[in-house]
Amino acid sequence: MTAELVRGQNHPLPDTRLEIRVSAGHPVLAGATLGDDQGRVPGAEWIAHPGAPSLHGVVVTGEAAAEHRLTVDLEAVPGAVHRVSVLLALPGARGAAGAARFGAVAAPHVVVAGHDGSEIASYTITGLDSESAVVALELYRRQGAWKVRAMGQGYDGGLAALLGDQGLERPADLAAAILETVAPGPAPVAAPPQRVPEAERVCHTAPVTSADAAAGTPAPVTPSPVTPTPVTPTPVAGTGAPVTGGPTPATGTPAPVPSGAAPSGGPIDYSHPRRRAATPAPAAEPRQAPPAPPAPVAGDASGWSMDERLYNQVWGMFEDLARTAAAYRSACEFAESRLDRELDETLSDYRSRVGGANDSARAAARARHDELVERAQAVLDRDLAQLAAESAVVEPALPAAFARWDNPVWHAYRVPAEEPMAVRLGDLHLPERSELRIPMLVRLPLERGLWVDSGRGRSEAAGLLDEVELRRLALDSAVAHTARLLAAHPAGQFAVHAVDAAGAGAAALAPLVESGVLAAPPARGAAGVSAVLEQLTERVDLLQMALRGGAADALPPGLDGARQLLLVHDFPHGFDDRAVTRLRYLADEGPSVGVHLLMVADRQDASAYGPLLDPLWRSLLRLTPVPDDHLADPWVGHAWSYEPPILPPGSAVLRQVLAQVADARR
Amino acid sequence: MCCKTDTNPDRVSALSVPLRRVLDNRTHGQRGGERNERGKRVTVNMTKGQAISLEKQGGGSLTQVRMGLGWQAAPRRGLFGKRTQEIDLDASAVLFADKQPVDVVFFRHLVSDDGSVKHTGDNLVGGAGQGGDDEAILVDLQRVPVHIDTIVFTVNSFTGQTFQEVQNAFCRIVDETNGQELARYTLDGGGNYTAQIMAKVHRVGSGWQMTALGNPANGRTFQDLMPAILPHL
Repeated sequence: MTAELVRGQNHPLPDTRLEIRVSAGHPVLAGATLGDDQGRVPGAEWIAHPGAPSLHGVVVTGEAAAEHRLTVDLEAVPGAVHRVSVLLALPGARGAAGAARFGAVAAPHVVVAGHDGSEIASYTITGLDSESAVVALELYRRQGAWKVRAMGQGYDGGLAALLGDQGLERPADLAAAILETVAPGPAPVAAPPQRVPEAERVCHTAPVTSADAAAGTPAPVTPSPVTPTPVTPTPVAGTGAPVTGGPTPATGTPAPVPSGAAPSGGPIDYSHPRRRAATPAPAAEPRQAPPAPPAPVAGDASGWSMDERLYNQVWGMFEDLARTAAAYRSACEFAESRLDRELDETLSDYRSRVGGANDSARAAARARHDELVERAQAVLDRDLAQLAAESAVVEPALPAAFARWDNPVWHAYRVPAEEPMAVRLGDLHLPERSELRIPMLVRLPLERGLWVDSGRGRSEAAGLLDEVELRRLALDSAVAHTARLLAAHPAGQFAVHAVDAAGAGAAALAPLVESGVLAAPPARGAAGVSAVLEQLTERVDLLQMALRGGAADALPPGLDGARQLLLVHDFPHGFDDRAVTRLRYLADEGPSVGVHLLMVADRQDASAYGPLLDPLWRSLLRLTPVPDDHLADPWVGHAWSYEPPILPPGSAVLRQVLAQVADARR
Repeated sequence: MCCKTDTNPDRVSALSVPLRRVLDNRTHGQRGGERNERGKRVTVNMTKGQAISLEKQGGGSLTQVRMGLGWQAAPRRGLFGKRTQEIDLDASAVLFADKQPVDVVFFRHLVSDDGSVKHTGDNLVGGAGQGGDDEAILVDLQRVPVHIDTIVFTVNSFTGQTFQEVQNAFCRIVDETNGQELARYTLDGGGNYTAQIMAKVHRVGSGWQMTALGNPANGRTFQDLMPAILPHL
């Protein structure tokens, strides 16, 4: 039964889900405003119009058309809203093609239908003349129920006057903005409203509307032969409406509802009416998907030179990775402990042991745990992705001293004129993202000696290798470190001595020996070891004396200022007590005068010395020939996996570099 | 088998670990834009025990806050006069997850492990007392780990003077993105207390809110305040 309404007549609404069909025979703009019990609309965000087509239970068509279908879910309308006014306006009122007055077009016909499509009431808006905007219907609350009233209230002043009449401020700007949204050319026929995307968009502001969509309101899709394409409103740039204190970004909660108690006292929002539709996207973005971080740039750190900037950047990445992992681990740990506590609580609650309450409480606890871990993971993933991107640009930009051996920069290697800030001794990574490797850069001059541990330790990787293989790898990586240190120093500024008492490392040391970068052939036998140690000890002693006395120019002529590195293989083979004492002296006193140690040793071999050598081992920076997590960062103290430098298999880069170093000395 | 020391982690030698603002700051490039949308706010001058909720106008939430603490150094005495007794106030921030303290930022731990909360460093004597911050704690709320739901700011008198004896002492909370002062307490002359639980910043929905607490207490460091903090969570 359709009630044919006349102007001013009202009619009860049996249904809260409504569809309002408008047929005008001419393109019109359809919208709706939500007002309080005084009929006042508190702000622009309470207007549903093509630019903001869905709002608190009201969904309008996103375009000017001759046919419209508006859907209204009165249950989703906020409680403070007492009136929903359905309005029509002529888009041509602003001078575009089309009529400027309703008197010139056919009388609009409005039908209110239930959600099943059955008509409840209809109304033909007659008697309009020079008006260009009209309030067609009003849905209003009356003693808890909703009714519809035929209004037909036209406005000569157009949409601006209509909005002004509803208590909105700056109605002219609002009206202009709303009409602007349909300006690009009205479509001739009603477009099928895109219900799904709209319902999704509504979720951000009025969750109930999505229920409306889900509950299966008949989709008012009229397959029309002439389907106009763009139903979604095209963004309008530069409409003059002011944007102040936008409709609550970020939180996603509905804007303050017009309160019945203070209908006019509420803050009036001047925000651009089109912001409504646009808001959910930017508001949600910073949380779920942060705006793409600016592309990382190599050298994006402070420093006087590119080297220093890259060095600082690498350390910055190191710190960031440590901290982001700390945040993640802390969150997971907390989630774990909370889960344990909550599970304990369910067990200790005797009442719930019998019923299913126990199970559901446990399930809820687990869900809370998973939810928190998931959020922590999302943050971690975001940060790691950013760091990975940074690493991807930083790695190729690194200078040779900071670069991996497979970096092409090594093929263009030239002996530097001055030493770099640091050298790379390997890579560091965390289990959270093992493919994200941070260069382990150690400042020059070395503060402490290096020790490549050829023992098993507790490393799993080392446990899989046999002892001989492990020792070979240890010496190989020591040779790689040596080559890198040589390559990092200007010609003649770095001398390398080697001790290989039994000659067991001859094969591995060959690159150093053959290229002629060693100060002397590797020392063999106890006598050789003593000689080298004595020479270096004397050097350290003299330099220390000169340093303390402030008499650097009084040094004997044979003593150059070059740094010295002593590579010790097979310790303590060939070392007598005296030699061990000298070695300890070098480890303690050497670094301050540029005499450094590089030990390749297994602590077990020296176990005969008991705890006497512990201070020696502790004073050295322990490196491993296989990946091992024994290094800690200085901020949080995570255990980092160290990976030794790897030479590309079959690559001649090491020998090429050493040849260059040797050439430069001549 | 290896000795125990062998398995101890070895600190990566870092002669000069460069300071870096943790993971950005660079990510949140739109900060400049926010500035315009922020409404004006008047500093709330607070008395002790007064609690108010602060929120950005328009319902937005805070992203970066700073707790500043300033006080006037004790006057210098003459060479042969009585020795000057320095006044050392300390600002601390305690990070809580569901009422469990998780991390603390104070003069001995200047950056929270996750890097979101930073102390600018200990000041042992105070400053000019002219309103500048002598100690500050910066919080990047967008980088606070997901499980942390409350951060409590405290002030302690490490040297034991009560706030009555300290000149021109104040602490304040500042919205770091635009320099707006959100709340300010005048500490000096306030009472026979050596500590104050200043304020808490806590999660509300997907954002953050600040509640000024201004609860007087006694204690040398934040540890002494824990029992007093817990009721405010």
